[in-house]
Amino acid sequence: MAIIKLSETKLQELKEVCKSFNNDKGELINVLHKAQSIFGYLPAEVQEVIAKELNVSVAHVYGVVTFYSFFTMTPKGEHPISVCLGTACYVRGAEKVLEEFRRILKIQVGQTTPDGKFSLSCLRCVGACGLAPVVMVGEKVYGRVSPDGVKDIVAEYRN
Amino acid sequence: MELVKLTIDGKETEVEKGTTILQAAKTVGIDIPTLCFFELKDMHIENRPGSCRICVVEVQGRRNLAPACTTRADNGMVVKTHSIRVLNARRTVLELILSDHPAECLTCPKAGNCELQKLAEQLGVREIPYQGAQSTYRKDTSPAIIRNVDKCIMCRRCEMMCNDVQTVGALSAVNRGFMAVVAPAFEMNLEKSPCTYCGQCVSVCPTGALTEVDHSRNVINVLADPEKTVVIQTAPAVRAALGEEFGLEPGTLVTGKMVAALKRLGFDYVFDTDFAADLTIMEEGSELLDRLTRYLKGDKSVRLPILTSCCPGWVNFFEHQFPELRDIPSTAKSPQQMFGPVAKEYFAKKLGIDRKNMIVVSVMPCVAKKYECQREEFKMNGDPDVNYSITTRELAHLIKQSNIDFMALPDEEFDAPLGESTGASVIFGTTGGVIEAACRTAYEVYTGKKLDKVDFNQLRGFENIRHATIDFDGLPINIGIAHGLGNARKLLEDIKEGRNHFHAIEIMACPGGCIGGGGQPYHHGDSEILKKRAAALYREDANKPIRKSHENPFIIELYKEFLGKPLGEKSHQLLHTHYFDKSASVFIEE
Repeated sequence: MAIIKLSETKLQELKEVCKSFNNDKGELINVLHKAQSIFGYLPAEVQEVIAKELNVSVAHVYGVVTFYSFFTMTPKGEHPISVCLGTACYVRGAEKVLEEFRRILKIQVGQTTPDGKFSLSCLRCVGACGLAPVVMVGEKVYGRVSPDGVKDIVAEYRN
Repeated sequence: MELVKLTIDGKETEVEKGTTILQAAKTVGIDIPTLCFFELKDMHIENRPGSCRICVVEVQGRRNLAPACTTRADNGMVVKTHSIRVLNARRTVLELILSDHPAECLTCPKAGNCELQKLAEQLGVREIPYQGAQSTYRKDTSPAIIRNVDKCIMCRRCEMMCNDVQTVGALSAVNRGFMAVVAPAFEMNLEKSPCTYCGQCVSVCPTGALTEVDHSRNVINVLADPEKTVVIQTAPAVRAALGEEFGLEPGTLVTGKMVAALKRLGFDYVFDTDFAADLTIMEEGSELLDRLTRYLKGDKSVRLPILTSCCPGWVNFFEHQFPELRDIPSTAKSPQQMFGPVAKEYFAKKLGIDRKNMIVVSVMPCVAKKYECQREEFKMNGDPDVNYSITTRELAHLIKQSNIDFMALPDEEFDAPLGESTGASVIFGTTGGVIEAACRTAYEVYTGKKLDKVDFNQLRGFENIRHATIDFDGLPINIGIAHGLGNARKLLEDIKEGRNHFHAIEIMACPGGCIGGGGQPYHHGDSEILKKRAAALYREDANKPIRKSHENPFIIELYKEFLGKPLGEKSHQLLHTHYFDKSASVFIEE
């Protein structure tokens, strides 16, 4: 694992989060949640800082991070793409849309492009079934996406 | 005390409220099989995740089967421990565990001592009807411990030892479901973790998932080399446990037979680590007195308490977790590492041989000793002071494969001069023993008076943390004792916070001290075995003609002829060491 320099301000923010939970080891999961929202993911360095602040072993922190699928040690891309694979989207061809994202971005689900621009994930139902199939890029929702439309969505964020 | 009445397999019993069905069954002679459950009574060591489900029993009125290890006995409960439903469920559980376990029993280092194997035999499993993928993981070899996670059954005993008892925090369960394994943080190798190699995980692992690095083959090879003079040293705790490997009652002393066996194995000189333990007392005791007298004279630079440094697991612990306190422990090397340079720099010269042609082997109750003898600072021009360290278990294997009928051996004596020892050194193998040995010498040296009674009973026992005040002829000396690294941590935190007013503290990493070391015959959770081993060492001490280290005639001669005086220049060079700060993040490579 290469050393990734954590930004001082974000690091300070993380320590503040731990403090707001009274550095209580019982609050580990809550701290991890906040940490992931600060950094976008939970690299080893962040886990070490949390372990130190809450006075638990790094092995324990890592154990919790790997147990819950919500936590990730892979950095999300600048523009995280989520393809809905809920029932409505699925029957209207979401699988093919996802396939097209994989082909264009040359990454698998759960991965990030080498330039850090995009990451790809799938989710189950965003509550916009009327727009199926649905794709989200960051906070923005795209409805009725066809495989042909995928390249235009990607192009929107390429620069 | 509230009592509850219940019926187990038709037998009525009354037990204290809060008692588990497992414990209650024992009162009526029913032994429910367990697998993940583990305890060392009176030592506050318990693993009860209720996860393996081997101990399930039928409780009348309850829909599902109940794990006996976690279900509390209740009034009017009717329990069946071997109904057809229970037997079928128990067998299915075991078959499922076995379906994800490599069938390598013939070549497994745990063969004969494996609790899973024993259970399969006990339950009469003849085939494994389930076939499917087996979880596999890379093998991890460190200087002392091998992790073969393929054999892990996720009982979590090692995790309990590493985290709750030892507070080392090297291991944790990671990932989930079929992919779950017990591993260090970020699934790095153990060598990169804060592991102290205390080996307590090895001593409680029910299967072959955690074992020691086996050096017995290296020993066989050097014994076969005519160029080499092979010297062996045996640690005090070994003689109180080795007999168990040959079916003897725990607590049987086999000192004489052990020496006889080592001579038959072909060692050129059979020496005793006890001799080096006497030497440790000379150095460590002198250091204690030196610090104490300077402190009493008002020297503010002196740091007290002095901490013992004989235990390599403990040394690794404070180097990783309390590096800021590393100037407090005694600088005296452990007996194993004092023996090395005395053998190679003194005895080899006496024999007129080059140190490269002398091989020093140690038999230890310990797994961490394997790492200790590989430390760079314990080498001279690349040549280690101690070449190989084998455990009590490995020695038993060596004896068995060399066709030696251990029980038929006569008692033989250690060789001179490095085989002579006192009662003080024998008790090094149990918690409280090192500090008692130190007190015997320090008292007499400090006061100039003879002790009426050499037994310091107030220092003995199995309490996790003990303290006692010893009267040094008007000067009260406060002594602390901790065994188990979690207990050591408590004392260290007190020191850090300035709450601690001890003059000297003895720490041993393993529960019970070396008699409960990670390299000893497996005790399978029977704390009585540990107590019997300790009692055996006190017996050996009581029977020794000389019971104080400074009265060992060969120690006196060694100082006269070679070392000069304790804490002198030669001693400093050969018998003392220094410690390192190992707290830096080891997970992130530059």
